[in-house]
Formats: sequence, C-alpha cells, structure tokens
Amino acid sequence: MRTSLALAAGKGTRALSRLRGGGSALPGLVTERLDPAVLRHTLGALPQGVVVVSGTNGKTTTTKMLVALLRAHDLRVFTNPTGSNFTRGVISSLLGEVGLSGRLDADVAVVELDEAHALHFSAQVPPTHSLLLNVARDQLDRFAEIDHTARLLTTLAEQTTDGVVLNADDSFVSRIRGHVGDGVQVRWFGVDPSIADRLPELQEADVRFEDAEPAREPGPGDALLLPEEDGQAFTVRFVGDPEEAVGPLTLRQRGLAAMINATAATATARHLLGPSFSAPTAARALAAVAPPFGRGEVIDVDGAPLELVLVKNPAGFTVALGTYGTEPVATMVAINDNYADGRDVSWLYDVSFDSLRERGVALTSGVRAWDMALRLRYDGVEVGHVEQDLDLALDRFLEDHRGRPTRIFCTYTAMMHLRRRLADRFALARFGEDPDA
Amino acid sequence: MSEDRGVAQALPDDVAALADVPADKGEVHVVHLYPREMSIYGDLGNTRCLAARLRWHGYRPVVHDHHPGAPWPERADIILGGGGQDSGQVRVTEDLARHADRLRELALDGLPMLMICGMYQLFGEAFITVEGQRLPGLGILDVTTRGNATRMIGPVVLDTDFGSVVGYENHSGSTVLGEGQQPFGRVRHGRGNNGSDGHEGARTGNVVGSYLHGPVLPANPALADGLLEVAARRATGGWAPAEVDDTVADRAHQAQVRRLLGS
Repeated sequence: MRTSLALAAGKGTRALSRLRGGGSALPGLVTERLDPAVLRHTLGALPQGVVVVSGTNGKTTTTKMLVALLRAHDLRVFTNPTGSNFTRGVISSLLGEVGLSGRLDADVAVVELDEAHALHFSAQVPPTHSLLLNVARDQLDRFAEIDHTARLLTTLAEQTTDGVVLNADDSFVSRIRGHVGDGVQVRWFGVDPSIADRLPELQEADVRFEDAEPAREPGPGDALLLPEEDGQAFTVRFVGDPEEAVGPLTLRQRGLAAMINATAATATARHLLGPSFSAPTAARALAAVAPPFGRGEVIDVDGAPLELVLVKNPAGFTVALGTYGTEPVATMVAINDNYADGRDVSWLYDVSFDSLRERGVALTSGVRAWDMALRLRYDGVEVGHVEQDLDLALDRFLEDHRGRPTRIFCTYTAMMHLRRRLADRFALARFGEDPDA
Repeated sequence: MSEDRGVAQALPDDVAALADVPADKGEVHVVHLYPREMSIYGDLGNTRCLAARLRWHGYRPVVHDHHPGAPWPERADIILGGGGQDSGQVRVTEDLARHADRLRELALDGLPMLMICGMYQLFGEAFITVEGQRLPGLGILDVTTRGNATRMIGPVVLDTDFGSVVGYENHSGSTVLGEGQQPFGRVRHGRGNNGSDGHEGARTGNVVGSYLHGPVLPANPALADGLLEVAARRATGGWAPAEVDDTVADRAHQAQVRRLLGS
C-alpha cells in the first residue's frame, strides 16, 4: 500500500517536472521520501537480477553498452539511461515503467551508480552482479580520498550475491578479488598484454605506488581488448576461447576508453548470459550504440559537427585529450564548480594541456572560466576569449566557427546547460528521452 | 625505491620559450617534496607556477622532485610540499624524519617554504589522531592538529601579508596555533585552521603553512612573487622582477573574491 502511494506521488511529480522541462532526480526524491524500500519492492523481484555498474570513469557509456548487449539477446532490461546516476535517478526511471502495483516489466535491471550512491542503493537492493570499472581521483570534495573511493567499491563487491566483474589492470579494483563472498563468481576484463604500454592512456599512474600489487596475469575466460592496427577497430578476445571473440568491430564513440568500456560490458554480458551469449550478436549491438549525451556525442550544427565531451576529473580529461588530440579543431572549455561538477577545480592542474597548444583554445567559459584560462596560460596554450556566461560563450563560439568542426570540453553542469541550449536550437532529444538507448 | 634520484629538471622548453626575456638573472632551485605521495589535489601546480614565473622574471628555474629514499637535492632555494592521503603521509614519514634536522636548519636560516595541507600538518608540532595517538611533527611551525570526524571543505578567502588570498580547503584535521605563532591569514570566507578562531595556516619567518589548494599560487601571484623574491635574493643576491602580465590571474582571483564576499 505504501509503495503504491509513494509511486503515485512520484509519478505526479514526474509529470509536473516534465512540464517544467526540469531535472531527472526530483520525482525520485519524492518517492524515496515516501517509501525508502521502493527499490527493493520493484527491483528485488526481477528474475535475472540487478546489475550495478560503478567506478570513477565510464559508467554511463558502459551501462549503455551493457544494456544494448542484453537487449540484443532479447532480454527486457530496466535501466537509468539519463546519466542521473544517483539512487533517486534510478527511482525516477522506475516511475516511468512500473504500474502502481510496483511490478516492473523487465527481466533484469542494469543501473549505473556513483561510488557513494552505489552503497545507498545496495543497502536497499543487494545487487546480484556488479561491474567495477576503475578508481581515479574524482571530486575529492565529495569523496575526500581515492582510498576511500576504493573502499566503497570493495564494500559494493562484498554485498554482491552472484557475480563480480573486475578490471584486471587497475590495482585498486583487482585487489577487490580478495573481498568477494564465498560462491560469488569473479570475471575479469582488461587490455591485451600486447598493448599494456597504452595503459597510461586509461588510468592515472601517479596515484598508484610501486609497492602496489602487480597487475593480474590474464587467465582463462578473461575478456581482453585487442585493438586493430588502424586504431579504430578492435576485438574483445576471451583467453582460451578463440571461437567466442567479439569483433573486429568499430564503435560510434571514439578512443581507447570507449573500447575498454565495451570490453567491460562484453565481459559482463557474457557472464550474465552464459551459453546464450552470441559473439556476432554482441558485435552488432556494440557497433550500433550511439555515444551517450555529452560523452563524445556529435551534434550537427548546420552541417558541421560539434563534439560535446564531458570531463570531470584528471584521468577523464587526460583520456579525452588523448582521444581527440590527434584531430585538433576549434575548441571551447567550459568549467563550472557546482556540487555535481566538483567544487574544487585544483584538479585542472593534474591534467596536461600540451596537446591543445598548437591550435590554442578559442574560448573558456563557465563559472571558473578565468581559472581555466589561467591554467592554460601555465601550459603555454593561447586563449582567444574568456566569457563566463555559457549562453554568450556558445553563441560566440558557434558564430566564430560557422561551418567548421568544433569541440567543447565541459564539466557536468556546464554540459547539461549547453546541451539544453543546443537541443532547443538544433532539435535534439532531451535528457531522459534518449531515443536509441 | 625511486628511479628519479633527485636529478634536476629544467622547466619544459615550451613554457620557457613563451618568456620574452632572456634567462640571464641566475638559477633558482625549486625543490618539491614527495610529488607522488603528497600532491593529490593539484598542488604540483604550485611548482609549475613558480617555475614559470621565475622564467618570466628572467631567472632560470631548476626543479627537483624529491622522492622518499632519494638523496637530498644538490641545492634548494625554495621548498614546496602538498596535500596527500593518509596512506601518502605514511609513505613519506621515514624520509621526512631523515631530513628533519636539515629542514629545521634551512627554515631557521630563512629559506622560503610553502607547505600545503598534509605537509603543513607534518611541519607542525604534532598530529593527534582520532584515537588519541600523538604523532610528532617536524616542529618548524608551532601548530597542533587533531583528527576530526567532520571535514572542512569549501572555497576560502583570506587576508594575509601578501594581500587577499583565494583557495579551496579540504581537511579533516583541526589545527590550533601555539602561543605566539602567527597565522598565515585571517579567514574572510571559509573555515580555516579549525572553523572557530578565524585563523588560517601559520607563518614563521619565510615558512608558510596553509590548507589552501586551488592550487594556491597561480591565482595569488602576489604570494607567489613574495616567496620568489626571498628565494631569488638567496640564490642570486638580488631580486629584479620583470613586468609579468597577470591580467588573467587577477581576474580569476577577483571573480572568487567577488563571488564569496559579494564585494
């Protein structure tokens, strides 16, 4: 009864906030206040369980890929596709899909949760499976310490009941192996040893000490990323099982980080699906996944591509610069310091902006536009203009580079703001209405 | 343990090349203590800032990264340290003890030092853990820090001898100054050493300890040049700064002051 009331109230709020064009978490907040066990009632009963995707970087992309893989294998999947990766975001997504009875028409749930909220969630619904991607410095004003973040992921793994998928190359994640419960299966993903020298593109080396445990040696069943010579296509191979290799395939999202995310999603899908896993089906599904909003998403601006690239921590920004650095185009950087961005912008000094030096940066914007321009000055990168107001900056940037490819690196709330404005001008789907999730 | 045996490295050529003045005023050696263990919040930006500003002023900066276990650098004209995690502090304790006497002597001798957050605490008299265990510090600054359940987190504005200073604090330690110990600044926005007495950081002679990240130097060029002046005088016998265009730094600084103080 309480669940029904809570769901009804949440649904009402959802309708209202949609009319206002508002955020994705408010309806979830209303429902959560009314019935804290709402998640357990609705998700706990799914026949194939609940998968939590967590880690510092790549959650949204990996979740989207995993959902696509499972759906391609005819599973009905509930997910939180809005990138609103808090518990409330999950409840908000639920509201769109459950009847007041609390029954969800799905076989399995796949939810992305940040490290802190993953525990809040797992206290309500112990996940059957968890996929743990990586640990990096991120928003230390919230998580305080990277060691603390690693502990949160360890606790999540401890609470997982059936299977855990771990990153073999990230010592913060691989050492979680020693903490999973008896009878809980462990699967691994990582890069093929032949490209081990490219690991620095994917993770921060400077917070990993030399006395940390060495990376795990690949073993039977591990999913390994093997890029092709051209740097675009790749294969996910399974150690000891050459028949099952997925690919070669090319993603719609660029870069090595997207490829390792695809490898993680493939390892998890294969673990969940068991013998029903089909490599050709998986390859087709991955090749069709569109980049999530603002994660390398390409927006058509009157015939010229605008790439929107979310950056939120040193590892992510470094990976993004590596991914896009080989194709320099007119660039804007928008840095906000709201809660969801991380209020401390010190991390910008842990990123090297050398790759932007040749072309320069046309504009910096956002609440911390001047700090970003100052940071670039210390890397010898010329900045054309500084405009704190995001709308004015976007107008000027598009106007100055009309008909030419452009790229915007932006923190979370700056991305949300810019994308809303771009959606109005160029008829894009809104958040929460991802058409091809 | 380290492959880098304290070898001096020059400023990257690219930034040096930006300077439109010759580097003919002499060498200034900048030592950064434990860049791997104790620089998790961007505090390496302070070293980059000092190296770049030295070059812009016409000096030749030589940066030494000092790692635990490595021999002490051949020369030090200014020493920097940053914030780390608890595990990072544990990793540097032994090396810091090895160089404790040297650091105390250099501090007494007037060498400029900037110690941020975790290294500020380690430069104090003692750190008292939540469990009540007393861990002695170097005692260069007369401050005592107690472990605390709540963190003090947020943007900060201070009044200091170097003018207003902006930054970002993120610490659980609550620090109290000993009798007669000067603070680094007075808090105008934020929490400071302990959230109650209005003090932030500590300063003795040319040694400054502070909780401020940001990193603190780029957006506070007066503080950066204040430290550099002492370093350059020690290294070269004089201080002959060039005209440096600090428009961007000043705008970044003022934007935070205006936003946080509303003036």
